[in-house]
Formats: sequence, structure tokens, C-alpha cells
Amino acid sequence: MRSLIIRNGRVLDPSNGIDEITTVYIEDGVIKQVGGQCAVAGAEDIDATGLLVCPGFIDIHTHLREPGREDKETIHTGTRAAAAGGFTSVCAIPNTEPVIDSQTGLKFVLARAESDAIVNVFPYGAVTKGQAGEEIVEFGDLVYYGARGFTDDGHPVMNAEIMRRALEYSAMFNVPVLDHCEDANLASGGVMHEGDVSNRLGLKGIPALAESIQVSRDADLAALTGGHIHIMHVSKKESLEAIRRAKASGVRLTAEVTPHHLTLTDEALADYSTYAKVNPPLGTAEDRAALLAALLDGTIDCIATDHAPHTDIEKDQPITDAPFGSIGLETAFPVLYTKLVLTGRMSLEFLVHKMTAAPAAIVHLDPRGSLSHGAPADMTLIDLNKEFEVTPDFFLSKSRNSCFLGERLRGSVETTICGGRVVYHQRKVLRPQA
Amino acid sequence: MKSKDESPAAPPSSPPVQFNRRHLLGLEELSAEEITCILDNAESMKSIFTRTVKKVPTLRGRMVCNLFFENSTRTRTSFELAAKRLSADVVNFNIATSSVAKGESLLDTARTIQAMHVDIVVIRHSCPGTPHLLSRRLNMSVINAGDGAHEHPTQGLLDTFTMREKKGRIKGLKVAIVGDILHSRVARSNIWALTKLGARVALVGPSTLVPRQFEKLGCEIHHNLKEGIAGADVINLLRIQLERQRKNLFPSIREYRLLYGLNRDRLRYAKPDVLVMHPGPVNRGVEISQDVADGPHSVINEQVTNGIAVRMAVLYLLSGNAGTAPATE
Repeated sequence: MRSLIIRNGRVLDPSNGIDEITTVYIEDGVIKQVGGQCAVAGAEDIDATGLLVCPGFIDIHTHLREPGREDKETIHTGTRAAAAGGFTSVCAIPNTEPVIDSQTGLKFVLARAESDAIVNVFPYGAVTKGQAGEEIVEFGDLVYYGARGFTDDGHPVMNAEIMRRALEYSAMFNVPVLDHCEDANLASGGVMHEGDVSNRLGLKGIPALAESIQVSRDADLAALTGGHIHIMHVSKKESLEAIRRAKASGVRLTAEVTPHHLTLTDEALADYSTYAKVNPPLGTAEDRAALLAALLDGTIDCIATDHAPHTDIEKDQPITDAPFGSIGLETAFPVLYTKLVLTGRMSLEFLVHKMTAAPAAIVHLDPRGSLSHGAPADMTLIDLNKEFEVTPDFFLSKSRNSCFLGERLRGSVETTICGGRVVYHQRKVLRPQA
Repeated sequence: MKSKDESPAAPPSSPPVQFNRRHLLGLEELSAEEITCILDNAESMKSIFTRTVKKVPTLRGRMVCNLFFENSTRTRTSFELAAKRLSADVVNFNIATSSVAKGESLLDTARTIQAMHVDIVVIRHSCPGTPHLLSRRLNMSVINAGDGAHEHPTQGLLDTFTMREKKGRIKGLKVAIVGDILHSRVARSNIWALTKLGARVALVGPSTLVPRQFEKLGCEIHHNLKEGIAGADVINLLRIQLERQRKNLFPSIREYRLLYGLNRDRLRYAKPDVLVMHPGPVNRGVEISQDVADGPHSVINEQVTNGIAVRMAVLYLLSGNAGTAPATE
């Protein structure tokens, strides 16, 4: 029996319309009741006075790097970083070495998660074998063994015919195909967003339409096939019109946006900072404003981190040689809370929804992401007033390549509970009994 | 200003207060006053090495390292001569035979050089921002000798110096820069220096190589050579690289010559006393015809001479601040 009572916290559960100071009762790893009185045998008490108590965050875009690049991150370290950021479920991107494109690979990730992870790991499979963009994988077999979606993120599917077949075939299994939308030819050799800043810096730009052309293509293919297309990390205003059109005509299309695209611009590269080199590249202030508006009006469905660990060795190179990507699990909530909630751009309830139930729905993880009766007891306790600085030694991730280094943020994750067990509490990892 | 005096120690004994930078990374961040200060110093320097005894002891005991990750003959030699005429010791780090060829990282190479107690490192690299990376992480003065398509500040300074020397001013001049502006560090450094000092800058070339974004830097954009050089006081031609043609940025060298090659006929659209400049190496018969390259308007060889003067001035001005502030690493 894993029983727990969390008292006196501000319980915020957007899917059930709850926002009040009350008690959460957990029995045998699931939510038994929120509010009122309830008898729970042998329960441990947690006093959450002054803390926000909400469903654990769900990241549908996490690079855990294992197998293959254990120098950057592992399932062990990546799930600790997740817990420290308040995430209780992460979906692992399959662009590992080898690529997760078969039952064997998928079982390896699940076995590692079983032995090493402290939060839930839901793996994706690749769309094509070896992410080579030529032959589709065994969707049926992979779904049977637990794949929650399919993506060639890292090596996007350029061939529209292959993408058509992938969407058509995956529709049978009711799983999304998640696409990193980038036309490889238009983006070739690019380092950052093509615009005034890239021109001034003499860096080769990636034009906005490298993304928007592929978003339009994917929307049309989803319309044709009835498949579920999920647009990963939308970053440019030009992409939003295609998303709006598709949604208005009933296409099964969902979209995510990252904390860094919502809060930073291409000016972050003005001193050639490799930590701000991400893909898709940071856009202009206009893009940033359009993305926020699109999240607020429902054009974009949820927030995802695109947590992309890289070593210092790789990031300490000339900017054209350094890899794309920023870690994001441990800063996602505090960044968005500080820069968007505290500035009045969105409500706390809206933010929590976009990090919990909204992403859960896309990859069919519900009732995770809510505190509904019977849902797995995945929860996060946050001190909204606690301020901290993002320093290199702040991270539990194996890597430190954060585009938010040096920021002072508010909203500190104090406790993370996964399956009714406290797995993280005040900078300490608590390894649950297997 | 232009001293014909043969007495030694022409440069002032201590760097003037208006220039207290440790690094020269680009001209974008310099003020008009700082640029003018370098040009004024370069005038004194030029008087040194155009006389019989071409050397002063100003930088005796200082160590300058040329760290070139791209091929260069004229810029590297120019820096070497500039340093030697100021009595500095110069080492050339030969990349082709160095441990870089064995996979050493850029920062490790630079740390090695720093450990040899070099005062000023002159770096050329194909990646924009590499000099900035070194300046942040190491405790040496860094001079950018060309970083990808970003800047080539000493070239921008020597071009500006040559124009000022010949025309007596920069303010109000019309300068046409012709060629592959998009990929040109020379163009960007020229644009910053010239616009800050009050020149009118016209950029000329095909739409694929002269994008509209350059209007934001305060330049005029022209895709027609005659319109672009009309009434110009200076035409600065850039080398056109065949590599760009392979990427479909223009269809052929032949068509480039037809549309943008400068010849004697076309020169008539500019002012009668127009200066023709080129940073070199020149593609004779492509961006410039033989007769114009060798003609009375050409100052291409004087640019090379002035390059040494400008680089002496830069070395001198930075040496006052070399290796003084703590590094961040």
C-alpha cells in the first residue's frame, strides 16, 4: 500500500476545475479523493502549507539519449532532471544510437526505465527504420509493446509519400505521428533564424518557411489520410495559419510549443552563444508574440520542453560546429511562471493545464495529468514564491546546456510524487523501492 | 598629421584615452571616435615604415601569435610585418601541421598558445563569432582577422583609411561595394565603418547575394551596376567565389561578368576621380577588367601598404590593454 495524505496545499487541478486549499488523499498509488474527509489506512502525511499542489507535469518531447549517448544523458539522470522540474511523465524521443525502430530497442528503453527511472518513461518509436526516411517501422508491434507515438525528430521525414503512408498506417492504431517540421534543403547549413540578426552576425540563416512548408504539407497529408499529425515545437508565425486552417476543417492535428520559443528571440544569439542555438531556431519578437497568442487561443495545444542535452565539449565549439539544443526539463515551469504568469500574460491554471492534461491527451496518457479519482498519483508541489538563480550546478541533468543559464526565476519545485511515492524532495532524489 | 619627420618614436608614448579596448572583434561595436582614433594612429605608423629605418621599439618584448584556420597570405603577412615593425615577436601557428589536424579542440589550441604567454592573438576562422569565443574564455587580446561572413575589421579600417587618405574625408562620400555582399566579412566591416563616419553606402550585386536585409544597416541596394555606381566616389569590388555558383546563387561566372564586371566603359558612370579598390586576391577578367585593375583609378596596391599601417595602429592601441583584465574562465 502506498498511501499518502497531502494537507493544506493550494490544490490546482484544471481538468476538474479545482483551485482551493484542501487535502489530497492517495491510496495504493492512485488518487482516492480531493477535499473533504477520507479514511486512508497507514497513510504518511505531507504538510503542503504555502505550496501549489498540482498534477505532475507531462513532457511529450524529451531526449533521454540512452542508448548511445550516455555521455549527454541517461534514463537515470534524465528522469531525475524531470522530477526536479516537476515532471512525472516523459515521452522519450527515439533518435538514439541505435534508433528505437524495433521491438528490441523499445524493450531496452522500457527495461532501463523499469530499473533506473524515477518518473514514468513512455517511449516513442521512429517513423522509419534507422530514421533513414525510407521504410516505415512495424507500427503495430511497437504499439503493442508500448510505443505512444512515432517520430523521426532529428532526421525529419522529407519524402511526402513516406509521410503519407506513415499517417495512413498509424491511423489504424490511434497513435500520433510527431513531426519536426523542417525542409532539409531550405534549412541546409543554417545555424539560426534567417533575419536581421543572422545577417548582422554573418551566420547562415534557416528561413521561417523551412518549417511552415512542412507544417502545411503535414496538415494536408493528415487531412488526406485521417491520421493524427502532431507538430513538434512550432516556432514561426508563418506555421500558425496552416495549423489554424487544418484545425478549422477538422483535421486531426495537434501542436506543441517550447518554453524557449515562448520567451526568447534570435537576439539571444547576438554574442554567438551556442547555448541559444536550438532547432527550430529562436525566431523574432513577432514570432514569440504570435506563438503566445496561438497557445492562448488554442491553436497550439500544449507545452513541451524538447529537452536536448549536449556535453560542454560539444557546446564549447565555434557556433557552426556546436550541436543544436537546450536542456529544458528543470527550467520549464519556473521560466513560464516567471515570464508569462507573473507578468499577467496567462493564468497559473492555464499554464498548469498546458503542462498536464493537454499534453496527456495528445499521446493518450489520460487520466494522467489530472487528480481525478482513480488517476495515478503523479503530483508536483511547488513553492511559487521561492526565487533561485539558474547556475551550472543547479541541474540534475547530466548536461548543463541551458539557454536560461544566469536567469533569476520564481516557482521552485519542492516535491515530486510519482505513483504515490515521493521521488524528489528539496534538491534530493528519493529512490523508491522497486 | 602626415609627418615627413624622420625622427624616431613617431607614435605617442602612451595610448590615448579614447581607445581602451582589449580586443578588436568587429567594427560594429566601435564608435566613430574610436575608428577615427585608429585611422589617425595609422597615419603616424605609415610615416614609420615608409622611411629608411622601418622599425620602432614600441612593442619590444611583446608576443603576437597569428592563428589562422583559413588560408591567407596577405593578411597574415601584413599582421606579421606590422608586429615586426613595432619590434614585437611573432609566431605563426601553422594549422595544417599542428595538433588541430589531430583533432584538438579550438579552445585547447588557444589555451596552449596562452600558456606560451602570448600577449595578442590574431585569429582567422571560417566560423563567425570564433574570436568572440576566444576573447571570453582566454586572457589574451584578440584581433579578428576575419570570422566567416561576419567581419574583417582591419580590412574595413584599411579600406576606410585609404579612402580618407585619398579623398581627405569620409563624410559625404558615395561608396559603392560590388559583389557577394551576403557572404562577405569585408563588406560588413566596410559598411559599419563607412556608415558610422557618414558615407553613403550603395551595395551592388545580384539579388541572391545582396538581400534586402542590408537596408536595415543603412545601405542602398542595387541590382544594376550602372545605377549602383552612378556618381560614386569609390568603388570597392569584392572577389566573387566560384563556390557560390555551385549553390545556385548565380548561374555562371560569364553571366556575373556580363552583369557586374567593372570595365573602362562602365567606370564612366562613376565620378571622374573615382577610386577603384579591391581587397584581393583579384579575379582579373571577372569582377574587374585588366585595364581597370592596373589603371589610374586603381589603389589596390596602396591598400596593401596601408594595411600594414592600420594593423600597426591596432596592435599598438590594443597592447596598452593586452592581458590586463582577468579572463572569465
